[in-house]
This record gives sequence, structure tokens and C-alpha cells, in this order.
Amino acid sequence: MLKYAIYRTLKSLPTLLSLAIITFVMMRLAPGGPFSSNRRVPPEVRANVEHAFHLDEPIWQQFGRWIWGVLHFDFGPSFKYRDHTVAELIHLGFPVSLEVGAWAMVISTLVGLALGIAGALRRNGPIDYTAGAIAMIGLAIPIYVIGPILQIVFGVDLGWLPIAEWRGGWEYKVMPIITLTLPNIAYVSRLMRGSMIETIRTNYVRTARAKGIGERRTILKHAMKGAIMPVIAYLGPATAITVTGSIVVETVFQIPGIGRYFVDSAISRDYPMVMGVTVLYGGIIVFANLATDIVRGILDPKVSYE
Amino acid sequence: MSDLALPPSRGVPGEPPEEMPAGLSPFRASLRRFSNNHLALISIVILVLIALGCFFGPMFYPADTDLGDIDNISAPIDLLSAHPFGTDDQGRDLLYRVLVGGQVSLSLGFFGAFVSVLVSIAYGSTAGYLGGRVDDVMMRAVDILLALPFIFLAILIKIVLQDSGLNILGIAFDGPIASVFVAVVVTLWLTPAVIARGQAVGLRNREFIEAARAGGMSQFQIITQHIMPNSINVVIVYSSLLVLEAILTESFLSFLGLGVQPPDASWGSLIDEGAGRIDTDPRLLILPGVFLAAVLFCLNYITDGLRDAFDPNER
Repeated sequence: MLKYAIYRTLKSLPTLLSLAIITFVMMRLAPGGPFSSNRRVPPEVRANVEHAFHLDEPIWQQFGRWIWGVLHFDFGPSFKYRDHTVAELIHLGFPVSLEVGAWAMVISTLVGLALGIAGALRRNGPIDYTAGAIAMIGLAIPIYVIGPILQIVFGVDLGWLPIAEWRGGWEYKVMPIITLTLPNIAYVSRLMRGSMIETIRTNYVRTARAKGIGERRTILKHAMKGAIMPVIAYLGPATAITVTGSIVVETVFQIPGIGRYFVDSAISRDYPMVMGVTVLYGGIIVFANLATDIVRGILDPKVSYE
Repeated sequence: MSDLALPPSRGVPGEPPEEMPAGLSPFRASLRRFSNNHLALISIVILVLIALGCFFGPMFYPADTDLGDIDNISAPIDLLSAHPFGTDDQGRDLLYRVLVGGQVSLSLGFFGAFVSVLVSIAYGSTAGYLGGRVDDVMMRAVDILLALPFIFLAILIKIVLQDSGLNILGIAFDGPIASVFVAVVVTLWLTPAVIARGQAVGLRNREFIEAARAGGMSQFQIITQHIMPNSINVVIVYSSLLVLEAILTESFLSFLGLGVQPPDASWGSLIDEGAGRIDTDPRLLILPGVFLAAVLFCLNYITDGLRDAFDPNER
């Protein structure tokens, strides 16, 4: 078990490394640079600046320097926010992004499971149709439409919740989290409904019922274990969707997380920031897939750790 | 993703499949199954109507609508007036802008999906047929591209193309539209390429391929004349989902400011514009949002219908 976790972690390192290399090389090959502005700068000054940030070195040397820094938890200075290092900016923004994202993951999984189970047990009932409608909305309306619509309804018209500002209280987090959860609720509830319908027809569930242990225990303890597997397997992709979604949600709701750096830094050629954010997001997705596989192994004895 | 978008199947479990008249070719049978799916048919009708509206509707407007009607600034919704859905704060007709934006969104969506399908079939067939080390290298490249965050790719493509634009078959695309188009194709061709490769691997050792080889066809001929045509039917079911994803990707990038930019408009860029002004005029968001959502709904149902009708595994 532990051996498998370590093995998988080591195996994911080359993935992260190649992600870093590709990002690094593509960023440098793209035309333009962090200090090529419209302002006319004497070539000597520019050469000095580029020398100070080691941009005049060959690319492999720059990459070696960056890797060496990362091994010492030093992601370099931000080119755009001159007074801050990348590590500082991530340290400021990441807890905010993580809080919103983590709540969104937890809530969407729980709500999705509940809707899926309820729909499967009372097929074509009111809950099933409601869940179907929510799923259809979550699948077909992109979150950059849902977010502003929530703002119109609950912020502008009803005045219940603040729009587009962030002071850290719960009322600032409600709408972003709801927006982020909708697509995943849609997927999770569809998956759970389908697999639950299949599972309650299996022999072992019939046996559990025949033993007379009660419907609630049959469903929650016996059927659940088998039916939840597709949902567990989906949690890795769900994390990726949440991460992408957080970029949109942080733009729509003006949340000071790190999602906004993702687009900003690449456009302003803030090389160290791009590398920091890309590797962080890549790491999150790799970690999510790893955790998914381990949980699957615990729940499903058929998954081997070979 | 593909098997997730299914609507809840309302059929009774274990119900025998409906009777098909004998002597119907599989394709005909699939078509008949599809035409029995009323939801999908209605979706096609709505989609066609929206497309016709986007491409021909603007012809019924006065020629200078792009500049704005200065006498009617911020006109309210009045279906009988010259501006059925009103105008914005510069006097530009809202419906006109959404229809024109739809031209960009829909053509990027369909054209992007079409090119993605072609690229993926060519790539996947080649990898699957050749096999061995070529296959390994080609599919490893797909794996790495799949692992890259696609926003990041889109940004890089934008950086490269935004000033130069692109010239495809003599039609010049300006920077923003070209970069969205390339970003859509680059992100979308990967999954169908994996599907097409799987099909090609299955075909590689079939008798008719062996016969073609024995008959002296070159590898290039076999791939283009035998493998690719036989991979199309597998990918075609996936293609309506590709259209959906292409339109989503386009609007997503435009929303983030990485895509279509003024003076051009697409549904994504209109939504972006409207989202910033929800407290003054929610119509700016809701009108393009409704069009986008309607198209996505329709494509969802069409995808489901196509899969139910054509995918042999689902039966």
C-alpha cells in the first residue's frame, strides 16, 4: 500500500518534469519577452536587466538554474510584480483558491452522490427529474454564464449576497462555490445514478435484502460500496475541471486566488510565475489522480497494486 | 466524458429492442433509430433555425447597424420596433450583434470540429496501422499534449499567432480568430485520435488489409483508402460532441480575453462584455447566454441521439 503510494509518486515525477520542460521551452520560444515593452530602452540597459535575470544564458542553463531553485523551494522573482517572489504570491493566493476549490469538490461530490442515489431509488420520480434538470443545466450552460446570472439574481435583484468583491467572509464564497459545483454535480449524479441502478439489480444486493438488514443499510452500506467506484474514478478529472473552472470563477467573482495569475502571467511573459503556477496546477492534478487510485485500491479489492 | 452526457434512460430495463424490418443495412437501421428520437430531431431543427438566423438574419438589418443607432440608445425590448431586443448604450442593436457573434461561434465550432476529426483520423490511423515504435512515439506525444493544461496551450498559440494571423487555403484569418481556431483544433483532436487508433489497430490484421498488402498497395494507399474510411464511422459519433466542445472552447477562450476580440464578436466575447455590466444592463449577458445555452442543449441531445442510434455497444 505505502509502497504503491511511493511508487506512484515517483512515477509521476517524470510527468511533472516533462510538463515543466515543455512549458519552459515553449514560453521562451514564443515571440516577445518580459522586458520588450513599447517604451524605448537603451540596449545597454536592456542587456543589463536581462543579465540580472539570467535571460542572456542558453536555455538549458536557465532551466537548470530554475530546477536548482525549485529544489530549494525558490521559484524565483516575479517579473511583473517586482517586489514579490513567485513563492510569496502563491503563498498569498493559493489558500484562497484552495478553500473555494476544496469546498466545491466536497459539496459537488456529496450533492451529486445524494441526487444520484435518490434518482436511482425512485426512478422517474420528482427527485429524479429535478436531478436530471440540474445535470442538464450543469452540462449545457457554461460556468461563465451561470456565474454572472447568479450575480444578477442574488446580488443585483435580491441584494442578498455581495457581487464581485472579496473580504473573506462566508457570504463572499457562496456564489463562487455554487458556480464551481454545478458541472461536477451534473457528472457525479449521472454517474452515480447509472451505476446505482445497475448495482441494486445485482445478486449480492438481493442477498443483503433477503437477509432482512433493512433498506437503508442495504443501500448505504452494501450497494454503495460497489456503486461508488465510477464516481471515485471520476474524481481525478473532476479536480481538473474544478481547477480550470476556478480560473473563470476567480475572474467573475474577483477572488484574489492564483487562477488569475495563470492567464496574466503568460500574457505578460512573467516566466517564473508561469512556471510556478503551471507546476502547482500540474502537481494538484497529478496528486488528485494518485489519491483517486489509492482510494480505489482501498475500496475495490480487484484493483491490484502491481 | 462521452458516456457521461447521456440523459437518464427512461426505458423499462430489459425491454427488448424494437423490431427492425429485415434486410435493412446497419446504417439505414441506425438512421431509422435516430429518426425515432424526437428530442434529437427537434434539436436539429432548432439548431438549423439558429444557424439560419445567424447567417441570414443580419441581412434584414440596415447596413450601418455596427455603428449604432444614435437616436435609439439603450432602447428597451420591443418586439415590434426596428430593434426587437433593444440596443446597448452605444445604440448598437443587441439581436444583430448576437446574430453576428453567432456566425463566428458557429463557424469556428463546426469548422474546428471538422478539421479536428480529419486530423485525428489521419493521425490515429497512421499510428494504429504502422504500430510498433512509430505508434509508441506518436501516442506518447498525444499523452503529453493531453496532460498539458489546455489554457496554457491556448495562451501560447495566441502569443505566436496574434500578430501574424493565418492563411489557410488562400483565406486569410486575422490573429485572434486564427489563434482560437488553432487552439480549438489542437485541444480537440487528441481524444478522437486515440479512438481512431484503437480502430486502426483492430483493422490492421484483418483479411482485406492483408489482401491489399498482397495486392501491392503501398502503406500510404492502405492507410488512406482502407484504414481511414473504416475509422470514420467510429469517430463520426464522437464528432457532434466535438462541435459542442469546440463551441464551448471558443466561448471560454473569448470569455477569458484570449479569443475573439473587438471589433469582432462571438458569443463568448459578448458574454464577457455582458458579465462586466450586469448591474446596468443584464440583457447584454442574457441574450448571448441564451443563444449559447440553446445551441449547447441541442448539441447535447443530438450527441445522445447519434450515440444511441449508431454505437453498437450501447445496444
